[in-house]
Amino acid sequence: MHRRKVRRQGRDVVFDIILYTICALLLLIILYPLYFIIIASFSDPSAVASGSVFLYPVGFTLDGYTALLQQPQVWVGYRNTIAYTLVGTLIGLAVNIPAAYALSRRDLFGRRFLMGLFVFTMFFNGGLIPTFLTVQEAGLYNSFWVMVLPFAVSAYNIIVARTFFETSLPRELLEAAQIDGCGNLRFFFTMALPLSKAILSVIALWTAVGQWNSYFNALIYLRSENLYPLQLIMRNILITNQNFAAQGTGEAAMIAMRRASLVRYSMIIVSTVPIMCVYPFIQKYFDQGVMIGAVKG
Amino acid sequence: MTSLRRAGKQIRNGLGLYLLLLPSLILLIIFSYKPMYGVIIAFKDYKNALGIMGSPWSEPLFKNFTRFFNSFQSGTTIRNTILLSLYSMAVGFPMPIILALLINQISAPRFRKGFQTVLYLPHFISTVVMVGLLLIWLSPSRGLIGTLFGLFHLEAPNLMASASAFPSIYVWSDVWQHMGWDSIIFLAALSSVDPSLYEAATVDGATRFQKMIYIDLPLILPTAAIMLILRAGNLMNVGFEKVFLMQNDLNMQTSEIIATYVYKIGLRSSQYSVSTAVNLFNNVTNFLLLVLVNGVTRKLGDTGLF
Repeated sequence: MHRRKVRRQGRDVVFDIILYTICALLLLIILYPLYFIIIASFSDPSAVASGSVFLYPVGFTLDGYTALLQQPQVWVGYRNTIAYTLVGTLIGLAVNIPAAYALSRRDLFGRRFLMGLFVFTMFFNGGLIPTFLTVQEAGLYNSFWVMVLPFAVSAYNIIVARTFFETSLPRELLEAAQIDGCGNLRFFFTMALPLSKAILSVIALWTAVGQWNSYFNALIYLRSENLYPLQLIMRNILITNQNFAAQGTGEAAMIAMRRASLVRYSMIIVSTVPIMCVYPFIQKYFDQGVMIGAVKG
Repeated sequence: MTSLRRAGKQIRNGLGLYLLLLPSLILLIIFSYKPMYGVIIAFKDYKNALGIMGSPWSEPLFKNFTRFFNSFQSGTTIRNTILLSLYSMAVGFPMPIILALLINQISAPRFRKGFQTVLYLPHFISTVVMVGLLLIWLSPSRGLIGTLFGLFHLEAPNLMASASAFPSIYVWSDVWQHMGWDSIIFLAALSSVDPSLYEAATVDGATRFQKMIYIDLPLILPTAAIMLILRAGNLMNVGFEKVFLMQNDLNMQTSEIIATYVYKIGLRSSQYSVSTAVNLFNNVTNFLLLVLVNGVTRKLGDTGLF
């Protein structure tokens, strides 16, 4: 009996060793590539090119960051992205949360049909060109509003918020309010909303991150560079111009190329660090959101 | 008659609710349903000056479709789309499940929390930055891969310029980025395990690995089934954003998918009708697939999506 227990514990120790080895490997695989970008952004670009930057910065420099911050379009992009994120998040909340509440009410006539209207858009859409023509016809092409208004409705967010309202607003509350003669609108604004801060923050965060990171709509619907969000400007710096400096030859082209790669490292750090720093503090809201959504799938 | 009257009363009582629905319904009708009507240009010879209604019907009606299917790109784009999707599913579906099972076994709470936070982090990197990172890491001359190969005095391959490497780079970088995040939903399912099951298993002499396989895994299968349906139903829907950014002339052979092709012939060469036809073909196939997969899983078990 005793020996069997020991053997079992022995096997569990082996299990733990394997488990924590895998975890350590995963941490390394996730963190090291990111760490490499950080140290590369502070290193002499020729040291990076020769492969000697490995564990810490070599030939410390801030050239990448100063060169980056001198580019006016980076500032314009930042300004636009902040504006799109703020306005887009507000519109997203204003549009999706009331809809989710209405659809959570079992006494809403035509509830299934209306819900179906929203859900259907998750699985079928008119496609690129018909949508493009519609946006153009609405006079939104190449305007500020195209980034925040036409695609503000999110069926997924509505489903998640609806599930929240269904499961966490006690039905007795509504009944009591109705007996006291409280109308639907007043109930929504004075009772339901204040009790739903958790779901409001989840949806707000999801919308904000989505807005901050998106580039597709900007690529399709924006033409003026002074409307470009940061992501589109980054696309030019990080991807499209990847080979622009390599066209020349000789020493000068070599320096230009290395400087361009330094700017790229800095660009990634400057654009990603804000969200990475904020994220651990708001992580619990994100988790909550996924859990709420998971209740009904 | 009474039911009609009851419906009328219900609507009257719910007026405020319809008001709450109004903004989203207006946006939905204008920007989601109106374009669905716009797909008829797939059956027309669309002219900008004539508009959707005014443009003449194509002769024959399916001209735009046959033009696509007769072009040499149709086979390539359809095949690339499906292969990339299947590859994504084969790797991207099981990985978060395995990860969730592992995380669930970590007993030290602080290490567990830190581990999860780190694994979720890449999820918040934007697609543009992600592809930017790939270009830097995989650049043979000045990237991470160059440094790593340099350690062994080897010449690094130029993976971003290789058509055969493209699907793997696409899929595995996706796993790198979203594996942690996608595991949350399975962890949620795991958190509801009845502890008495573990106790009973311990009494019966089960090892931790056996508990993982025989208790945890069956518990997350329903969630897994739904996730699989969602993925299978999106087989033809490979996201445009990342593929488009990863594309270059050298990997086009495997990286040209339907979504990027629709964009190019539509917005770059202004063949609106052909582009819409290709897009419609893709969306309809995808939708039918979803209905089919959902029907099959509903027959097999009771974990249908709708």
